[in-house]
Formats: sequence, C-alpha cells, structure tokens
Amino acid sequence: MEVKHYTATAKALHWLMAILLFGLLALGFYMHDLPLSPDKLKLYSWHKWAGVTAFLLLGFRLLWRFTHRPPALPDSMPKIMQFAAHAGHLALYGLMLAIPLSGWLMSSAKGFQTVYFGVLPIPDLLEKNKELGDLLQTVHMSLNLLFVAVLAGHIGAALKHHFIDKDDILIRMAPRHAKEK
Amino acid sequence: MKRLAFALAFAALIPAVHAVEYIQVQPDKSTINFVYKQMGVAVDGKFKKFSSQLNFDPAKPTAAKASFDVELGSVDTGAPEGDQEVAGKPWFNTKAFPTARFVSGAVKALGGNKYEVAGQLSIKGKTQDVIVPATFTAQGNTGVFDGNFTIRRADFSIGEGSWAKFDIVANDVQIKFRITASTK
Ligand code: HEM
Repeated sequence: MEVKHYTATAKALHWLMAILLFGLLALGFYMHDLPLSPDKLKLYSWHKWAGVTAFLLLGFRLLWRFTHRPPALPDSMPKIMQFAAHAGHLALYGLMLAIPLSGWLMSSAKGFQTVYFGVLPIPDLLEKNKELGDLLQTVHMSLNLLFVAVLAGHIGAALKHHFIDKDDILIRMAPRHAKEK
Repeated sequence: MKRLAFALAFAALIPAVHAVEYIQVQPDKSTINFVYKQMGVAVDGKFKKFSSQLNFDPAKPTAAKASFDVELGSVDTGAPEGDQEVAGKPWFNTKAFPTARFVSGAVKALGGNKYEVAGQLSIKGKTQDVIVPATFTAQGNTGVFDGNFTIRRADFSIGEGSWAKFDIVANDVQIKFRITASTK
C-alpha cells in the first residue's frame, strides 16, 4: 500500500521546529540556574531570539496546517487512540503557542524588552511589574514542564507506531527518501 | 527728598521679595533613575535612597549650590539577582564605597528655565567632572528640577573583570533625575 505522506513543507516545519524546540528547552533549563555573568545575559538574549523564531515558525505552520489537511490516521487505529492522537497534537500546538507567548509577557513584565537579534524591538505587552513578572516566570516554567511531558508521550507514541504496531505513522512524517513499502 | 528715600527703600525691598530659595528636597517626589543598554536593549533602574542639600534662588542661579549623596546599596536594576551583583566588588563595591557623591560647582543660566551645572561626581573612589543640564519649573512653594546626563561606567571602574567589555553591558549609562524641592 502506498504511504500517504505529509507535505514537504509540513515535514520541514516539523523537523526544523523539533530541533529548535529541543534546543530552547535545553538552553532554558540550563541558563536558568547559571550565576549572573555576561555569558548568562548573552544566553538569555539568544533564548529570546530563538523563542521568537519558534513563535514565527509556528504562525507559518498553523497557516499551513489550516490550508493543508494532513493524511488521515489509519483505520487500524482504534477510535479512542485516534482521539488521543488528535488531542495530543492539539495540546502540542497549544503549548507551542502559549510558551513563547508567556516568555514574551514575562520579559515585558520584568522590564527586559525583547529586541529580535538585537535590531528589531518587539513591543512590550505589559507594564513593568515585578510580581506579575515572577508569576509569568512560573507560568513559563510550568508550561515547559508540561511540554516536556506531552513531548515524551508524542515521541513514545511515534516509536510505538513504528516498532510495535509497525504502521506508517512515523514514515509519513519522515523525509521522502526513507524506504516506502 | 522724602520721596527719594522712600523709593530707595522700596527698591531695596524688591530683591528681598524675589528671593525665593528652594532648599528642602522632598524625597518622595524626587527620583534618580538610570538607563543602561544590555546587548543593545535599554533597561531602566533606579536608586531608592539618597540625601541632598540644595540652595537655589531663581533670581540668583549662579549662586546655587547642590550636593547629593546616593546610597548605592539602594539600587534597583530590575532584577534581584542584578541588585546583588552590582553591589559586589566588580561593580559598586558598596562595602568599601557605600555612596556616590555629586557636588555642584559653577552654575550657568542658559536662558528660559534652562541651566547647566558643572560639578564633580565621585563613585568608587574616582572623581570625574560632569556637566549636568537641568530645567527648573516652579509650582508655587515647590520647584522641580529635571535633567539627564550620561556617564561612562568605565571612568569609575564600575563593572570590572568579566564585565569590563562593553559587548553585553554598554559603557554609557544615562542618569535621569527629577528633584522636587520646596522653599522651606
Ligand atoms: C517555544 C519556545 C520556548 C521554549 C520551548 C522555552 C523554554 C524555556 C525553558 C525550558 C526555560 C526554563 C524555565 C525555568 O527553569 O525557569 C525558559 C526560561 C526562560 N524563557 Fe523561554 N522558551 C521559549 C520561548 C521564550 C520566549 C519567546 C521568550 C522571550 C521573548 C522566553 C524567555 C525566557 C526567559 C527570560 C527565561 C528565564 C526565566 C528566568 O530564569 O528568569 N522564552 N524557557
């Protein structure tokens, strides 16, 4: 049977963002615990720039998603699992939206404006407010912990499809040259 | 003759009537803020505590005198981690140098409500000449001085060691002040 692949654009966005988001997660957790130093401030700026990039990519990805239906899930999947898959993907989209947004709001509230690559100032959405800034930091961190959990489920599910169910779920998101059955 | 004496006496009175001296700084209506650039991004901070002495008579601006003692430990950089850091040795070293001091020298009236105050600024054991432009606006019994000037932190060894380069924290720091003073 022929595999119904995602579009090349959808795949490119998926894997590009996968790399970017893993980098952002690792950098975020790492930099948070560093003692204050010039390097820490540099990493914070990089994190913000990468986060804004992820936000922009997500905008494009959502646009693409709304105009290009992904291939349907195979009938071999029970209805409940299909539902879980859709719910999981919805959660991933929600978190990919909410996490950079909370980072942006946090930076505004803390009084540290985000200037994209040091040249494009991104407007502050909130007035400087210490309590709100601390709260948003907790929100940003909690959403990220949730994101890690959902990602673990996402990756675990993909691997299960590939190695246990032996279906095409992982293949259809893989680059074309991957062997087609 | 009598009339002349009267006129003279009256003339002598005029300066006395005009001599309104602003001397009492109102801390709750006065601020000393600063703006620095962190990787090109402007960040605000402020000093919460300072004491000052002021004598300013708009009729005799060149005789004005001012001095400010800023408690460097009262700094608010916008982040607690930052406040702790700048109190430390590479920055203000507040243990050894708890206060910054500004003492005015010559005052020039530039016309209108604009003035220029030459003075000396001492931070962390180093003294530099600074020129401080200011405007003065009287509002009844109180008057407000507004102004800003830029210093270079390296001139005072503020931010040494790993902070000494200006790629992350810029050299220029803008000091913005608003001082409200009353006549008594
Ligand atoms: C999808 C994009 C993003 C991901 C996956 C991400 C991930 C993370 C993670 C894992 C942390 C560590 C949380 C902690 O331990 O406190 C973090 C911290 C942080 N993030 Fe993000 N982030 C993203 C976007 C952004 C954006 C767009 C901004 C700002 C414009 C931002 C600003 C920050 C800041 C300032 C911190 C440090 C909080 C602190 O320690 O004070 N993030 N991020």
